Amino acid sequence: MSAVKIENISKSFDTVLALAQVSFDVLKGELFGLIGPDGAGKTTMFKILTTLLMPDQGKAYVEGFHTVKDYKKIRRIIGYMPGKFSLYQDLTVEENLNFFATIFNTSIKENYHLIADIYGQLEPFKKRRAGNLSGGMKQKLALSCALIHEPKVLFLDEPTTGVDAVSRAEFWEMLGRLKAKGITIVVSTPYMDEASLCERIALIQTGKILSIDTPEHITNAYHKPLYAVRSDDFFRLMKELRGQHFAERVEPFGEYLHLTTKDQITEHEIHQYIQSQGHSTIELSAIEATIEDVFLDLMQAN
Amino acid sequence: MYRLFHIVQKEFIQIARNKAILPLMTVVPIVQLIVLTFAANNEVKNVQLAIVNHDQSTYARQLIQKIQVSDRFILVSTPRSSKEADALMQGGEVDIVLTIPPKFEKRFYQLKSGKIQLLVNAINGQQATVGASYLSSIIQSFNKEIRSDAAPQLFVQKVNPIPRIETTNSYWYNQDLDYKYFMAPGIMGELVTILVMLLTAMNIVREREIGTIEQINVTPIKKWQFILGKMIPFLIIGFVLLTIGLTAGKLIFDVPFRGNLGIIFAYCLVNLMAVLGLGLFISNLSNTQQQAMFTTFFFVIIFILMSGLFTPIESMPKWAQYLTIPNPIAHFVNVMRSVLLKGSGFSDVWFNFWVTGILAIIFNTLAVWSYRKVS
Repeated sequence: MSAVKIENISKSFDTVLALAQVSFDVLKGELFGLIGPDGAGKTTMFKILTTLLMPDQGKAYVEGFHTVKDYKKIRRIIGYMPGKFSLYQDLTVEENLNFFATIFNTSIKENYHLIADIYGQLEPFKKRRAGNLSGGMKQKLALSCALIHEPKVLFLDEPTTGVDAVSRAEFWEMLGRLKAKGITIVVSTPYMDEASLCERIALIQTGKILSIDTPEHITNAYHKPLYAVRSDDFFRLMKELRGQHFAERVEPFGEYLHLTTKDQITEHEIHQYIQSQGHSTIELSAIEATIEDVFLDLMQAN
Repeated sequence: MYRLFHIVQKEFIQIARNKAILPLMTVVPIVQLIVLTFAANNEVKNVQLAIVNHDQSTYARQLIQKIQVSDRFILVSTPRSSKEADALMQGGEVDIVLTIPPKFEKRFYQLKSGKIQLLVNAINGQQATVGASYLSSIIQSFNKEIRSDAAPQLFVQKVNPIPRIETTNSYWYNQDLDYKYFMAPGIMGELVTILVMLLTAMNIVREREIGTIEQINVTPIKKWQFILGKMIPFLIIGFVLLTIGLTAGKLIFDVPFRGNLGIIFAYCLVNLMAVLGLGLFISNLSNTQQQAMFTTFFFVIIFILMSGLFTPIESMPKWAQYLTIPNPIAHFVNVMRSVLLKGSGFSDVWFNFWVTGILAIIFNTLAVWSYRKVS
């Protein structure tokens, strides 16, 4: 049985279609990623799954419970961390955790084993008010509060947005450890580089699912020739390549341009073309596609 | 119950940490009680008076002296002509112009009636009407004096046969007509109601604005636990406020406590339930604290002005009198005054109890209903 089952969910806000006929399953104990840019419909999906919103059409189940009819049962077994920090800023770290524990009729002591390695880092600051914590610490506290009642499914809406790179890496390590404890985790992120840390991902754009698979399968399914290229004059190179008939897509990826070409041109010919435009220190090499390449490609195809 | 206790505890921690709310709940009510009780005084004092004296006689001077002795009037000017007096009135510098015509004393001795003119500035309604009647009564008593003392021989035949009705007043429940006794209990009731209503209205909407309500909504917390968890702290705060107010009223103004204080606290409970319901209803309908604030203000201003606290309900038009029935402050003011000053018992304020009880049921039903709508 799957932990989360979504069947043809649609949801509109006034005239804006936030989700269009979305269906997917999350398996038990899986670390599932919902990957897409801002406004793709990730938060709406989370609100439906956490029983905060009702879908216009379709059905969704969490651990076999219907999100509308059995919402009370679902609320006992899920942990939810909204995208916006929503703990009490005027309560201390300890008071927040204690409050959420008592709401679920449990105590910090009882489930300490679940949050030990997360809350452990916060304990020196347990008398500090939540509003005075740094972004990374706020996120750890929110995760602790979402975990304190030992949920079966954890919903994390953009947990790493606005958090520094080190804390982000740490956070994903924590998720890995939670998964090892058998908790199903559904996480959303706008960062494509985090996608490869999930077991399976769904790429979502303007309310539609573009692709669902393991990150490897998704990148392997990209068959178009792809090159990483750079030169001394990055922006001129980008402009010139975009004007060429052989270039299907040219996108900046950090220090390199990712150039997707149509079949008829070889690596050698590309190099010659760039040289002919007067560039120096040219680097050009064929590469494997990343999730982001696939995403941009699927986006264009839609 | 265990869960409810923790919600209430959390609410109290938050209230105690809020730097704005704590002084708002303690210092502000006492200051308001003191300032308003002293300032909201219906007694007319310091009426600005101008006297045009065209008759430089003894009687004219005696009359002016008599008026000056009264602390209700301030003689601001003695213009030479009516024209000057009119200018003063036009400029808003005087409330009343008293004109003593020429030959005032002479006409009196000739047994003709002496005429005096009063011009009253009616823009300031109360000052004008009450001031004018005070002045008339001074002139009347002066009239009596000069008839009986100064010139008895002139009126021997005429005065004695005329029978007179003498009135003497006794002011029940407030012997000396001390406005402070009258105002302080009403203001206490008003303050408790307003503060509790405002604090409640801001509370849930604050959770919505900050986003914490979303985290609460995904927990198995029950609706009644959440709402009750919000109500209990404010009920307690309301009772503390009332106790502070009563203590301050006794210590500062020596307000009499003639009735049973138990009735006041019992009524306070019913009243707060109604007000809390209204506050929660407003909170549920608002998206921001600002909206909640303005909506509450709308109600508060109508409630206060139509509560009978400053202007008597009996002198309002009929339709406005009916509008005071669903006004919780009007009932609170009435209960406070009746019980404290008059010593009214439970049966005397029964009307206030049941009307407020119905209001409590209506407002709380609306609150629960609107909470469901939003979430």
